[in-house]
Amino acid sequence: MKSFSLPIDPICCPDAKEVGTTASRNGARSNRTVRRASLPIYWLATFIVIQQSVLAAEKTDTALVPSIFAPESAPAHAISHLAGFVLVITAAIFVVVAGLLLYAVVRFRRRANDDGTEPAQVYGSGPVEAAWTTVPFLIVLVLTLTTARVIQEVQDARKPVEALDVQVIGHQWWWEIRYPKLGIVTANELHVPASQGRSRFPTFLDLRSADVVHSFWVPRLAGKTDLIPNKVNSMWIEPERPGLFVGQCAKYCGTQHAKMLLRVYVHTREDFDRWVEQQRKLAENDPTAAGGRLVFERTACINCHAVNGTVGNGRFGPDLTHLMSRTTLGSGALTNSPEGLRAWIKSPDRFKPGVLMPAMNLNHGDLDKLVAYLTTLK
Amino acid sequence: MNGTVTTGDISSAMPSGATTATEKTVFDHIHSWLVTVDHKKLGLMYIIYGLVFFVVAGLEASLMRIQLAMPNNHFLSPQLFNQLFTMHGTTMVFLVGMPLIFGFANYLVPLMIGARDLAFPRLNAFGFWLSVCGGLLLYFSFIGGEGMAGAGSAPDVGWFAYAPLTGKAFSKGHSTDYWILGIMVGGFGSIATAANIITTILCMRCRGMTLAKMPLLAWLNLIMCGMVLLAVSPLTAAQIMLLLDRFLGSHFFDTQAGGSATLWMHFFWIFGHPEVYILIIPAFAFASEIIPVFSRKAIFGYPVMVAATVAIGFVSVSVWAHHMFTIGMTSTANTFFVISTMMVGIPTGIKIFNWLGTMWGGKLRFDTPMLFCIAFLFQFLIAGLTGIMLAAAPFNWQLNDSYFVVAHFHFTLVGGFVIMIFAALYYWFPKATGRLFSEKLGKWHFWLFVLGFHMTFDTMHIPGILGMPRRIYTYEAGRGWGVLNLVISMGVILQIAGILIFVFNLLRSARKGRPAGNDPWDAWTLEWSTSSPPPEYNFAEIPTVKSRRPLWDIKHPTDPDWKYE
Repeated sequence: MKSFSLPIDPICCPDAKEVGTTASRNGARSNRTVRRASLPIYWLATFIVIQQSVLAAEKTDTALVPSIFAPESAPAHAISHLAGFVLVITAAIFVVVAGLLLYAVVRFRRRANDDGTEPAQVYGSGPVEAAWTTVPFLIVLVLTLTTARVIQEVQDARKPVEALDVQVIGHQWWWEIRYPKLGIVTANELHVPASQGRSRFPTFLDLRSADVVHSFWVPRLAGKTDLIPNKVNSMWIEPERPGLFVGQCAKYCGTQHAKMLLRVYVHTREDFDRWVEQQRKLAENDPTAAGGRLVFERTACINCHAVNGTVGNGRFGPDLTHLMSRTTLGSGALTNSPEGLRAWIKSPDRFKPGVLMPAMNLNHGDLDKLVAYLTTLK
Repeated sequence: MNGTVTTGDISSAMPSGATTATEKTVFDHIHSWLVTVDHKKLGLMYIIYGLVFFVVAGLEASLMRIQLAMPNNHFLSPQLFNQLFTMHGTTMVFLVGMPLIFGFANYLVPLMIGARDLAFPRLNAFGFWLSVCGGLLLYFSFIGGEGMAGAGSAPDVGWFAYAPLTGKAFSKGHSTDYWILGIMVGGFGSIATAANIITTILCMRCRGMTLAKMPLLAWLNLIMCGMVLLAVSPLTAAQIMLLLDRFLGSHFFDTQAGGSATLWMHFFWIFGHPEVYILIIPAFAFASEIIPVFSRKAIFGYPVMVAATVAIGFVSVSVWAHHMFTIGMTSTANTFFVISTMMVGIPTGIKIFNWLGTMWGGKLRFDTPMLFCIAFLFQFLIAGLTGIMLAAAPFNWQLNDSYFVVAHFHFTLVGGFVIMIFAALYYWFPKATGRLFSEKLGKWHFWLFVLGFHMTFDTMHIPGILGMPRRIYTYEAGRGWGVLNLVISMGVILQIAGILIFVFNLLRSARKGRPAGNDPWDAWTLEWSTSSPPPEYNFAEIPTVKSRRPLWDIKHPTDPDWKYE
């Protein structure tokens, strides 16, 4: 097995600060879940026990496990409740039918003292057939009606006036994220406000694709919706607490489908407004990094990347205006840091084989200058 | 009873199946298989072809499981991984599933309806050799996929090859063209054979065998072949459109020029969903023949079983878009496909209950074929229930394209289809070879394979629930997927061990097994009345039947079936 160690750790676990905050909030959340647990949540207990023991074995931070049964947003809650209901019914069917099968296998096995005669031949029974046609029909009726209600609840939800509008555009293999009303363009990390009590701040996503079909999936916030070229799809989320929620592209979209990761940062309304204010600023123009800016403007970087206020206005790759406000590079391929940035620019293919960004073959001096410039783009 | 065959009299009245083999060279043997139009030889070749590709697809899967056994693994490159899952899926459906069902249909249908061959023996050979060409063409892509000058490259667009990933802009070279042509050529073979089997069943049943007295296997194959005619054509049409896009500049699926990506999805799944029923209905057919014999009872509710299968056939052509709940259809369209999909559960449930009803009050013999049938019932039950979960559209928005779906369809296609292929192979092996397989090795195969299957595919549901998408060549540590994926990969070891025993058992028993006699299972359908292996003409005298179980009538002259049916 070929294996080599990377100079920069790929994103394995979040930095310590995130672990601290999410873990404590997670505790508060589980208390609430227990209170809310009405009927279908009990089966979840079993699942969670298994899940927790598996995760414990791996020393995983549960807050970053994108489980569909740890919903933190309105559509994901609705789905999780429906899922609970469906699971209760299917579990009941399983117990009955598997029980009958087990009973038949044990009870009707040929015994050692069998006399060799054939058993009574039964060819069928009208009433019995009618019974086991009617019961599944009723079950299907109940399931269909419940499902139809949830489809409407999620899909036809009305968009409130205070909703945040975001455009998400899928690219091979990264996410372009635009806030058209706020004039913000960023990539791979979606920032949204949390609803607090009565003040609801849902986010409505407008999903498009620049090339092939992708799918936006952050399991703890909502079900997935595809991003399809020539078609505008929409979905919405309404997170209830600040935190980081991870997801990734769910529709096979080519070589690096696996490394098209998504991070959703949910802020309090105040924090979100601060983030918006910071993102709306023009790019830093640090005179000490002017050499690096020159490198950026005079190489092919600008064919694909944009930095607000420079000649670079390429749209094929992520916007770099506030590059250093992002946690990851290459749509989650590695951690964003000066060293990471340097290694990434030097050879993107090493972290993300097949990536469309070419290695620019800069000399050491230019590379250092460029990295110094990019790190000023806070 | 005049004209009705009795056990044993045929074999004594005529020479055994093989004609004098004394003066034949190896070359003559090969020649006889290449030019044969005999349904039994073609059936066996279909089955061997399917089994060879089954091993190939299994190896592809094993490589992928090594890669996924731990996070951030570098065993395979992303490019190779993507080729492997594309080829694994395509191979299993088109080069394993289809040849195996047609192989068994070829071999069994004429024998079970008392005919001497299919209606069009030459068309039958034509269909088989087209399938072979399709398979070879697909696998030639490993050498020729980038065009003759470059290195080879297999298709890497996934087995359902969504547009526009298959367009020239995103899929350069010729690997996608091999995918299109290989499957299209095989598809023509499937249509030819399906038409052939339908004609045979409708026109060539022996005297006395009305439609209502056909063995269920014949009924279910009739329905399956009807579905092949309906389903394969839209796929072929879509593939021709894609070829036009790729070579003649049309824009059906070319989204950059205003084409539609969802159009391909509709075309593909209007084939793809009936296709999974095309594969599973023959599995139902095997269960409907094997369970009664090993329960020592007639099938429970024969007319209901036929009606339920016809219902599945009809409903299955109206459910395709449940593969597309995430593409942003309207809530009305989503609700329609929820209803139609849930409806499939009713006839499928009825079938499971009828098999249980057959076992109820019987005297169950747990020979290897029956063990596989019981595992099938258990696994297909689970597959049906996870199917209900996936049919609930909002639940599907979470589960679609996750490992949960992968676990679900492996429960139907491995836990259902492949398991029943094993049951059928063990059950009809004595008929085709004239020898008994080793029951002991059969049971080893069963337990190793079933344990490995459950270790792999039961576990596989959980990473899906924890947000792991399918078709990713690697994943981050810290998502909670690592240990689960290791367990999934370990299960493969047990499955491989089971398969090795199975292959050894078949090869050894075919040469050294104890002679089977005509009717080793004490069964009731016509194929057990002729010799094992059957002569080229199947029956010295075309039988006449009076009930669904002609051999039961002969074995129990005082209490025949026809009095009650």
